[in-house]
Amino acid sequence: MKRNVLPGLRLSLGLTLFYVGLIVVLPLAALAVKAASLGPVDYWSIVSSPRAVASYRVTVLAALGATVFNLFFGLALAWVLTRYRFPGRRLVDAMVDLPFALPTAVAGISLTALFSANGWFGSVLSHLGITVAYTPLGIMIAMCFTSLPFIVRTVQPVLEDLDPALEEAAQSLGGSDWTIFRKVILPLLSPALLAGTSLSFARSLGEFGAIIFIAGNQPMKTEITALLIFIRLEEYDYQAAAAIASVLLITAFVTLAITNWLQARALRYTVKG
Amino acid sequence: MKIRLDNVIKTFDTFRAVHGVSLEIESGELVALLGPSGSGKTTILRMVAGLEYADGGHIYFGDQDATDIPVRDRGVGFVFQHYALFPHMTVAENIGFGMSVSKVKRSKAEIVARVQQLLKLVRLEGLGDRFPGQISGGQRQRVALARALAVDPKVLLLDEPFGALDANVRHDLRRWLREIHQELGITTIFVTHDQEEALDLADRVVILKEGKIVQQGTPQAVCRDPKDAFVLKFLGDANRLTGEVRAGRAMAGGAVIDAPGLADGPAEIYARPRDLDWSAEGPGVAATVTRVLDRPGERRVMVQAVTGEALEFDVEPERDIAAGQAGFVTLRRAKVFALDENPA
Repeated sequence: MKRNVLPGLRLSLGLTLFYVGLIVVLPLAALAVKAASLGPVDYWSIVSSPRAVASYRVTVLAALGATVFNLFFGLALAWVLTRYRFPGRRLVDAMVDLPFALPTAVAGISLTALFSANGWFGSVLSHLGITVAYTPLGIMIAMCFTSLPFIVRTVQPVLEDLDPALEEAAQSLGGSDWTIFRKVILPLLSPALLAGTSLSFARSLGEFGAIIFIAGNQPMKTEITALLIFIRLEEYDYQAAAAIASVLLITAFVTLAITNWLQARALRYTVKG
Repeated sequence: MKIRLDNVIKTFDTFRAVHGVSLEIESGELVALLGPSGSGKTTILRMVAGLEYADGGHIYFGDQDATDIPVRDRGVGFVFQHYALFPHMTVAENIGFGMSVSKVKRSKAEIVARVQQLLKLVRLEGLGDRFPGQISGGQRQRVALARALAVDPKVLLLDEPFGALDANVRHDLRRWLREIHQELGITTIFVTHDQEEALDLADRVVILKEGKIVQQGTPQAVCRDPKDAFVLKFLGDANRLTGEVRAGRAMAGGAVIDAPGLADGPAEIYARPRDLDWSAEGPGVAATVTRVLDRPGERRVMVQAVTGEALEFDVEPERDIAAGQAGFVTLRRAKVFALDENPA
């Protein structure tokens, strides 16, 4: 190994690898082993059962919806927090982290109370013919709530570091506000946006506590994959639980891999030539 | 294009950055705004660009009042100290940006041809496909200049354009900017705190202090006839002696120099390091050598005068002077100003 002037490489690397192995790799490996102990035929029949497929659909669609919503809203929130100074800015900034701090079950219960037919929001929305509680829309809202901080917190530091001179230069060259946003700011934010989006999506896929209260959990309609796994566990059917969980795991993994690749592409210009 | 500033004022919060500056810049002129930090030079440049709005006064481009025209419609080329190139665009895309977003529609081929022409002008042919992060600082600043020139600006504004570069790169770019200016004849204003840069490059130097113009003129005029001690000191190293004017002659510690037109009274005498000399006998300021620094072209002698002042001057390399030696500092040439009893 090359000699390094920074001390503590062996100790810190050893500790980190040990920790990652113990906390991350081992449980995932156990999951894979458990799922693999089913034969391919059994595995396939479990993961492709109509109930499981319905749960994937509702989970993935709601997660996509929530992520797209958060992409716009999170970017807007980060934009406002970094670019403008207004009274209460620090308070809003602090509130962004609340979904991280709050137990998700508490969030789920409050959202259910708000959006149920006689809740503050639900009663108004029911007049408009929109039902949120116990529908996929409710699932989406719960996912929006729990994954909001990811986009805001990944985009915010990049926006803060953006050199104002870049925008001034673009302005002096005759660019309109929209052109500057589209051609200068957005491309520079895109790696951070991608990172935030993928984290937000992965989190939404796995969210459990906030959703089960508002979802209604009707099989084939509003039953999310994480709940189906939980139900299989309660039935002591560990292999089926592991099999379904492995599908979620692979989806999350593929999502992260794709975004990493996209991110590397978006950052091509930083490679020294 | 002729640029005229008429009593322009800018205030930041409570701090007044520019106090009623009036300035005329002829078409095709290359003007340096020179001053220490906080003198308002950059603020003036940004107001001409439209990156800052004036709180009072007017800015004219030719006969047109440009004071309230937003930067994107003002038709200026602005070059930033830290280049401000778009990092995610190639050099060619950077240069073409202004043309591609312009209201005047140009074909792709037209833009490509113009970019090639500009790359040639700034001597960066073949680097069009690189990203800004892949070229040197001097090259980046040339790209920034090409980008600013691409939109055919009425006036070129440069904010400390060479401030972030190495000394030798700075030297080359200075000469090169002068050449480009001669070739294109575009009205150019640049801001610098480096007096050498301003004197080397500009047709006219405008010296600023605390948001006001102290003096303006050709490099020759400001160098030969600085208006006050601030300008003199700002333009280069100077030794200061306090003395007295009596009957048109200034006296300081045994040295005497003509000071025509000055009233009798306390005065300060400024002399450049090359305007002093050393001799064993007077008349001059009695002093003791404290240190001699050897430099390629001369020897810098540091002395302690009996009057308490530390003086520095340059002598020919052959002169035999050593620390501890006592003698006299003689004045070959100096500027005398009446001593301001209440300096600002």
